[in-house]
Amino acid sequence: MATKDWPLWEIFVRSKNGLEHRHFGSLHAADAEMALENARDVYTRRNEGVSIWVVESKHITASNPENYGELFEPAQDKVYRHPTFYDLPDEVKHM
Amino acid sequence: MKEHLYNYILGIADNSLILGQRMGELCGHGPSLETDIACTNISLDLFGQVRSYFQYAAKLAGDGRTEDDIAMLRKEREYVNVLLAEQPNTNFAYTIGRQFLFDIYHLLYLTELQKSKDLTLSAIAKKCIKEVSYHVRFSSDWVKRLGDGTEESKQKMQEAVDDLWVYTDELFHQTEADKVMITEEVGVDVTKLKEEYYTRVSEILEEAGLNIPESKWFQKGGKQGIHTEHLGYLLADLQYMQRTYPNMEW
Repeated sequence: MATKDWPLWEIFVRSKNGLEHRHFGSLHAADAEMALENARDVYTRRNEGVSIWVVESKHITASNPENYGELFEPAQDKVYRHPTFYDLPDEVKHM
Repeated sequence: MKEHLYNYILGIADNSLILGQRMGELCGHGPSLETDIACTNISLDLFGQVRSYFQYAAKLAGDGRTEDDIAMLRKEREYVNVLLAEQPNTNFAYTIGRQFLFDIYHLLYLTELQKSKDLTLSAIAKKCIKEVSYHVRFSSDWVKRLGDGTEESKQKMQEAVDDLWVYTDELFHQTEADKVMITEEVGVDVTKLKEEYYTRVSEILEEAGLNIPESKWFQKGGKQGIHTEHLGYLLADLQYMQRTYPNMEW
């Protein structure tokens, strides 16, 4: 084997139909098929999901924590961007 | 009839109990965190099935025996699991090989048991079959990965299959209870599963690039309570708490 450890995969699970897939965690696997099986065993054994996505971690591009100031701080004092100035109907869920 | 049915249920359940205990031994000791959890999940699936069977057997016995008594308080000769189930976790290839050789049988068996005239048994079979379908997928995948992996993994997987092969024929031996239950249309005629079993097993082994063992000599005895030396140690582990603290509960 070229490398001793299996690559890392990010696991996304959809809890039920109609909801989006959410990041559940990460695990090691030799390939995508094994990542799916491992994810099934590690993250859905207590009936947490109806669908799983796996993505090899190296394919994820992440923002740099050092850029926090320029990326996120300008949004902190702009309260008018939140949809809090009108009432949501009860039928609208998961907002 | 009732006694035969009781013995027949034990014949099914003991396989899952003993194999479940073997897989459970890997809890905290699996080759990686992910496979550790996978093996333990399979163990829990099997124990869940065992509970359904033993609850039914306890009801049939009707003498105050509980599912726990049946699981924990028999002597070695009273367990009627096949020899394959009790073979040790020599290495991961053996764990996978044992699971694979049993899973293929288990799925064929449960598929037939669904047609049982005994409604409890057919209901249990219907419930178990989804779990066992996943077991087949898991163990078959790993046989292929190891067989088609590195030189070393291929050699280890071949060794495990060669060693465990002598325990496969016993799966298709009929017991006294089997014969009675087949005439009642309650039990499965395991002799009829044999051809399909070896076909399916051979397909996977070929895909894995492994040789199909040609051994014409097979071990037997588990179904009559005559076990390999490994079962005693397994039972010592399994029964320790109940023997040391009788009637203890979690």
